[in-house]
Amino acid sequence: MRHTLGVLVENQPGVLSRVAGLFSGRSFNIECLTVAETLDPEVSRITLVTTGDEMIMEQIVKQLNKLVSVIKVIDFREVKFVDREMALIKVKAEAATRAEVLRIVDIFRGKVVDVSPTFYTIEVTGDEGKIQAILDLLEQLGIVEVVRTGKVAIARSKKG
Amino acid sequence: MKLTGAQIFFECLKAEKVDVIFGLPGGAVIDIYDEMPKHNIRHILVRHEQGATHMADGYARATGRVGVCLVTSGPGATNTVTGIATAYMDSIPIVVFTGQVPTALIGNDAFQEADIVGISRPCTKHNFLVTDVRDLARIIREAFYLARSGRPGPVLVDLPKDVQNAKIDFKYPKKIDLKGYKPTYEAHMGQIKRAYTAIGKAKKPVIYAGGGVIASSAAKELKQFGESIKCPVTTTLMGLGGFPAPHELWLGMLGMHGTFRANMAVATTDLLIAIGARFDDRITGKLDEFAPTAKIIHIDIDPTSISKNVKVDIPIVGDCKDALKKLLRLVKENPISNLKKVRKPWLDQIQKWKETYPLAYEQTDDVIKPQYVVEKLYELSKGKAIITTEVGQNQMWAAQYYHFFEPRTLLTSGGLGTMGYGLPAAIGAQAAFPDRLVLDIAGDGSIQMCIQELTTAVENNLPVKVAILNNQYLGMVRQWQQIFYEKQYCATCLKIAPDFVKLAEAYGALGLRATKPNEVEPVIREAFASPKPVIMDFAVNPEECVYPMVPAGAAMTEMLLV
Ligand SMILES: Cc1ncc(C[n+]2csc(CCOP(=O)(O)OP(=O)(O)O)c2C)c(N)n1
Ligand SMILES: [Mg+2]
Repeated sequence: MRHTLGVLVENQPGVLSRVAGLFSGRSFNIECLTVAETLDPEVSRITLVTTGDEMIMEQIVKQLNKLVSVIKVIDFREVKFVDREMALIKVKAEAATRAEVLRIVDIFRGKVVDVSPTFYTIEVTGDEGKIQAILDLLEQLGIVEVVRTGKVAIARSKKG
Repeated sequence: MKLTGAQIFFECLKAEKVDVIFGLPGGAVIDIYDEMPKHNIRHILVRHEQGATHMADGYARATGRVGVCLVTSGPGATNTVTGIATAYMDSIPIVVFTGQVPTALIGNDAFQEADIVGISRPCTKHNFLVTDVRDLARIIREAFYLARSGRPGPVLVDLPKDVQNAKIDFKYPKKIDLKGYKPTYEAHMGQIKRAYTAIGKAKKPVIYAGGGVIASSAAKELKQFGESIKCPVTTTLMGLGGFPAPHELWLGMLGMHGTFRANMAVATTDLLIAIGARFDDRITGKLDEFAPTAKIIHIDIDPTSISKNVKVDIPIVGDCKDALKKLLRLVKENPISNLKKVRKPWLDQIQKWKETYPLAYEQTDDVIKPQYVVEKLYELSKGKAIITTEVGQNQMWAAQYYHFFEPRTLLTSGGLGTMGYGLPAAIGAQAAFPDRLVLDIAGDGSIQMCIQELTTAVENNLPVKVAILNNQYLGMVRQWQQIFYEKQYCATCLKIAPDFVKLAEAYGALGLRATKPNEVEPVIREAFASPKPVIMDFAVNPEECVYPMVPAGAAMTEMLLV
């Protein structure tokens, strides 16, 4: 099973390698990972997606918590959350297909961020399913390159 | 007043009450060494940095305090890695200070630069690169705190040369604020109660204790607890000394070379009470068949140890001592009724196992048996020595035939199994306890891995005794070849070896040899009486094997017994 974790860490050199080293050293999987500073400049937030059964997930969470540089681990198995990813997609856009590309971009509420005579570069955000869906459609028109940010996730606020 | 980084280093060590440093200088720490004579701190000059780390480790295991070493950058730092990993696997508190090239040169492949923080990351509890002298005191304070608190472990502090020279006002921080580090000492009372209910119901309970009992100074509580519920106790190699060996509830060590009764007890128990142990593969053997009929209680300060290999029914995160005290309170309030009667069938069964397959060997007139040497060492030291071991058969015979009454009397590399550990560890322990008998039970292979530290022992009047069980083999590996690889002794023969008696003399120590059984006792007596470091070379039966033995990966009941 795939799971998403949020990891608050001290914003210091070497911390990312402690986290990455933990995963490689214990042969845990990292499917994707993003890092950026939080509101508190001394704290960074890592969002990562990993795979493992119940016992492995429990170990991953405990091992992360054990790192001195890790302040908090948010286990999204336990809370409702929203996750998003952004992709930049360079797709062929020749006379015959330009309009079709734009229609697809429109449906997915994406944006064209760079234009050349033969290519469009498209920006799209969404959850994994949405990104995959637009990639599948554009694939048929000829994708040249894709760059994805990896997931970020945040817990939903309590309603009412 | 403004102090240099080097001065601050010593002020911090004083504040941490460090009385001895094991080290070896070089360009990147020369400023610290230059400052050293002005401070009242003992420095023991080693002959190899691996030795320094094992000495700090031996000192820490013997005393319970943090061991300290100081080495230079580059090769000095990389030479410490084996010692750091050894301490890490066994949760031993040491702080390793390494010199580093000046901050401006870091990353430039400067002379004797090594990324030791990167290299040691996976084998330290935590490590630091000090890039600003203003952080120095805080980092040293945190390093000592991290090393000794929670689940202890090694911490490395990398000190660039310019940081050692920079000057600032010195203040030792009183408070520690590590946002991401809050070890749980207090065992949860609800879980303790659940555990005690299970204990009340159990017919065939077994306590399986590990090094955590020693780390948390809980040997006294363990004994009281075991007695109060009349529960047989086994320990891991790391736990030896955590429960007094000659005791009616003592099962001996468990695991690959554990006693028949300990392994049988664990295989048939209905309640396994694991205390400060971590279900290592040398203990569990084949996981699916480990303690198959048992409910499992696990007390450990490190949550990652719980349900890592074996699913636990009642997890208790906390300090072993705290948990045991709380359990003892429950026993007192609500003792198990008819305890003697309830426990009798189980204890009888264990007694039967003990009588059927005790640890045994046969000593003839002509060839010295290694087990006999260990028994004689035990007898003649009256069980009062601090024992260190090397790794291999020597280590297992030491664990089986020397009996440990008290915690911190067996210092051995359990987790990593580091050959070369025993001699420097003995030196470290002797530095802490100059008047005690400190004895390294060694193999002819392992002893050569840190033999150079004999000079350190001689120079510093640290009269450690080394007993080499000289089987002319890398014996434990040969044992596997003997049993599982049709006696193809590939690369395990050590017939070409130095004359250990002459070698001892060359180092300025005393060398003694026994080749016949009747020479064993006189040699040991002479060694123990000598004020010098001594090497005793015992020519033992070359193809002797350690039994019982559970083949790697087999169930713990599949013991080879001969
Ligand atoms: C540094 C290191 N290298 C290799 C090994 C693998 N190993 C385990 S036991 C052993 C043999 C040790 O020989 P010796 O010290 O003579 O002890 P014996 O088993 O003969 O008592 C070896 C090579 C190890 N544990 N540590
Ligand atoms: Mg040998």
